[in-house]
Amino acid sequence: MSEKEPLFSPKNRKLIFNPLSKENPITVQVLGICSALAVTVKMKPAFVMALSVMAVLALANVIVSLLRNTIPNRIRIIVQLVIIALLVILVDQVLKAFVFDVSKQLSVFVGLIITNCIIMGRLEAFALANKPWPSFLDGIGNAAGYGLILMIVAFFRELFGSGSLFGFSVIPDAWYIKNGGFYENNGLMVLSPMALITVGVIIWIHRSRNRDLIEDK
Amino acid sequence: MENLVNIFVKSIFIDNMVFAYFLGMCSYLAVSKTVKTSVGLGLAVVFVLGITVPVDYLLHNYVLREGALAWLSDDFKTVDLSFLSFIMFIAVIASMVQLVEMVVEKFAPALYSSLGIFLPLIAVNCAILGGSLFMQERDYNSIAEATTFGIGSGIGFFIAIIGIAAIREKIRYSDIPAPLRGLGITFIITGLMGLAFMSFMGIKL
Repeated sequence: MSEKEPLFSPKNRKLIFNPLSKENPITVQVLGICSALAVTVKMKPAFVMALSVMAVLALANVIVSLLRNTIPNRIRIIVQLVIIALLVILVDQVLKAFVFDVSKQLSVFVGLIITNCIIMGRLEAFALANKPWPSFLDGIGNAAGYGLILMIVAFFRELFGSGSLFGFSVIPDAWYIKNGGFYENNGLMVLSPMALITVGVIIWIHRSRNRDLIEDK
Repeated sequence: MENLVNIFVKSIFIDNMVFAYFLGMCSYLAVSKTVKTSVGLGLAVVFVLGITVPVDYLLHNYVLREGALAWLSDDFKTVDLSFLSFIMFIAVIASMVQLVEMVVEKFAPALYSSLGIFLPLIAVNCAILGGSLFMQERDYNSIAEATTFGIGSGIGFFIAIIGIAAIREKIRYSDIPAPLRGLGITFIITGLMGLAFMSFMGIKL
């Protein structure tokens, strides 16, 4: 190690930007779907959820990466679970203290970050074999990729389902039928099945633009 | 009794783990390629949920919730440990899964060889932790209700995964647009199945 690698070398930059599209945790790696779908009715909870996952994933990645040479291989899963659970408890308490209404909306899904496969998956696949700084970037990048999909799904569901974005209504009031207009919110978008179909369509578009991601028969 | 039947039906059809709350999606997508493996995973989930939900119920009501430690002595009447519930639940689940695995291996080798590989996978399945967290949030009154809820949710997952596996086996030779193949079409089919399950809404016994 004669010369030090710069903090944002091309290799490290890749760690952040690859998960946004080519290695997106949700649409390509199929990690962390459970929570992704349930919190996307409105944009605000989706945003809070994405931030929580980012905090937990980045910190867990750093901690596990610092401990990677001391954790005995056979009990590594339980060690990882304890680290994640600890961080999730912290996040949960912070949310309860500062954004109580959002924390109520997210209900059990904050707790479910513990079993979110995106976190375990990245710890196993990356943090156990890499230094803390790249692991931190990997955590940020993957959580950002996860958050990106969350925000896209939430955007469409809130826009068409409730006619608002981040709680502010964007469809003019006069357009609604009850005010003599022609528009009605699509109640189906708020229900859970539409989240699945929206993600399905996102995957479809994403793969038709990146043809090398198409699955073999 | 009526109450139990109601919870049972509700947790299978209306509050279905997969279609209504998207829990256990990761293993649901990964293991549903063939019916045979998904039967194994589904059974393992029913089994583990049926055990961990009542255990976590006892833990929640006699250790963690506010005033739960009153049986110990009057000094503990105001203690509220519910912030520890995540870590306690996951510890219970991980150790119960380990225990179940050892017991099954010892006493039912045939069952073990069919469930074997799925049991460790289940420790980090969100449906299991989700079951315990929903039990905590909905505040069931008795251990019988909690057990019924656990088994019912497990069966709900079982039905969902078998359904999707059967459909995926059938559509293997269909002509699906290439970018939609695999993951994409599975999502859309799950969405349609979810729509069908929504017709159960409003059933009340």
